[in-house]
Amino acid sequence: MFAKITIDNLNLYYGSFHALKNVSMLINTNQVTAIIGPSGCGKSTLLRCINRMNEVITNVDVEGSIEIDGEDILAKGVDLRELRRKVGMVFQRPNPFPLSIFDNVAYGPWVHRIRNLKELQRRVEESLQAVGLWDALKDRLDTSALKLSSEQQQRICIARLVAARSEILLMDEPCSALDPIATAKVEELIYELKKEYTIVIVTHNMQQAARISDESGFMLLGELVEFGHTDQLFTTPQDQRTEEYITGRYG
Amino acid sequence: MKRPTEWFIERWILFNGIFSIAAVGLIFFFLTKEGFNLFKHYPLKDFLSGRQWYPISEPPKFGILPLILGSFWVTAGATLIAVPLGVASALFIAEVAKGWIKEYLKVGVEILAAIPSVVLGFVGLVTLVPMVKQMFHIPTGLTALSGAIMLAFMAMPTVVSIVEDALTAVPRSYREGSIAMGATQWQTIYRITVPAAGSGIVAGVMLGIGRVIGETMAVMMITGNAAVIPHTLLQPVRTMTATIASEMGETVQGSDHYFSLFAIGIVLFVITFIINLAADFFLHRKK
Repeated sequence: MFAKITIDNLNLYYGSFHALKNVSMLINTNQVTAIIGPSGCGKSTLLRCINRMNEVITNVDVEGSIEIDGEDILAKGVDLRELRRKVGMVFQRPNPFPLSIFDNVAYGPWVHRIRNLKELQRRVEESLQAVGLWDALKDRLDTSALKLSSEQQQRICIARLVAARSEILLMDEPCSALDPIATAKVEELIYELKKEYTIVIVTHNMQQAARISDESGFMLLGELVEFGHTDQLFTTPQDQRTEEYITGRYG
Repeated sequence: MKRPTEWFIERWILFNGIFSIAAVGLIFFFLTKEGFNLFKHYPLKDFLSGRQWYPISEPPKFGILPLILGSFWVTAGATLIAVPLGVASALFIAEVAKGWIKEYLKVGVEILAAIPSVVLGFVGLVTLVPMVKQMFHIPTGLTALSGAIMLAFMAMPTVVSIVEDALTAVPRSYREGSIAMGATQWQTIYRITVPAAGSGIVAGVMLGIGRVIGETMAVMMITGNAAVIPHTLLQPVRTMTATIASEMGETVQGSDHYFSLFAIGIVLFVITFIINLAADFFLHRKK
């Protein structure tokens, strides 16, 4: 086991607001790492540092370092397009593009200059296989992805990252718009995917974190209060604030 | 039990709604009634496909083909100029421009829309017309091309504001999803945002065309007003609107000439109606 992502002393400011405070963590390859915490604690912000999506919307200052495979991704001159190919993101609300199923999945490789139709077809099939949609959808790849159920849409959003050959999947509350049955299915999928991918998931749902993650971090007010093996974090938390949160006495 | 004020307000709104629909209905009724008088004496076929418009010769000739073609050339030219420029400006304002540039541009487009057409026509007459004349070495600058350029300026604000609205209405999650996959801004615009805003863009273009076809004052001033069948954009033309406006004052009420102008009005009405209907269809089309 080695660290895929090394976050070291990360500080982030939105203007004068100190949103992440000295966050350090190691995220291991082929594991699911969950980040839990109350709303506004900075967990999504932390996630969005790993593919540098924070800077798209707002003016942020980041200090500290994040290394992926030993490479500092916060350095100047980092190829953001390549970074975002490698580090894919799944959003809270499924956001397939208003295109056909095929075009949605092929969009990832297309963006990265793969235009050969044979290759695109190969990748679409393989990616839909990987997310368990191929058998259901193979005969209607040209229908709009917006016609699918929320669960299928979320799988499409994962499939397009698979097609782009992402290595890390960042998931920002990927099940919060889904019903319990769909949630269970997506969780199964996440469990399957960790054989090939390194997954970081932000979730509101503590049971979910407990079910699917290998390691968990608890964040509060921009601080990573506690980080460790999921079993340990949920059964014998070291910090009192963690205990209060997971037992429901906080937030 | 409804409160009396509420009852009154409801009735008031209902009355206003019915009134505006009735007004349109009556205008249409009047237009048709007057226009159809022409066809008692003059065959519809000759009216629509006649190549000569000599309303006061003896016998008079009411062939509106030159006028239809005049409108067509000016509109087509204006569309060719206004649509690429308008869509590009809208893309710039909605997707690229930030902060004060964006705000200034939006205000600028609104001001462009607020310039009265006669003022634009006047400015075109003294600046654009001589320029066209010089540039193409033609005897007069009063041509379909001058009209098309001028009208393009009038259609642009409509195109820009509707297309910009359509682009702004595209959910941010689409753009975010695309950027998060490593797409460039340009890839995101042309693969995701523009197709997502597609029907709104078409509607903006259609409404821009509708605006151009119906425009009267500026074209009357700068297209040369010659009711002949044009073969190039560099010839003087006369549009349907300009014909009605310039001849209505000199015709005898109740004469065939008078009725023929109403008949042109019907043709114009039908064309704009179809265009607006198409725009509406695209604007409200569900994905």
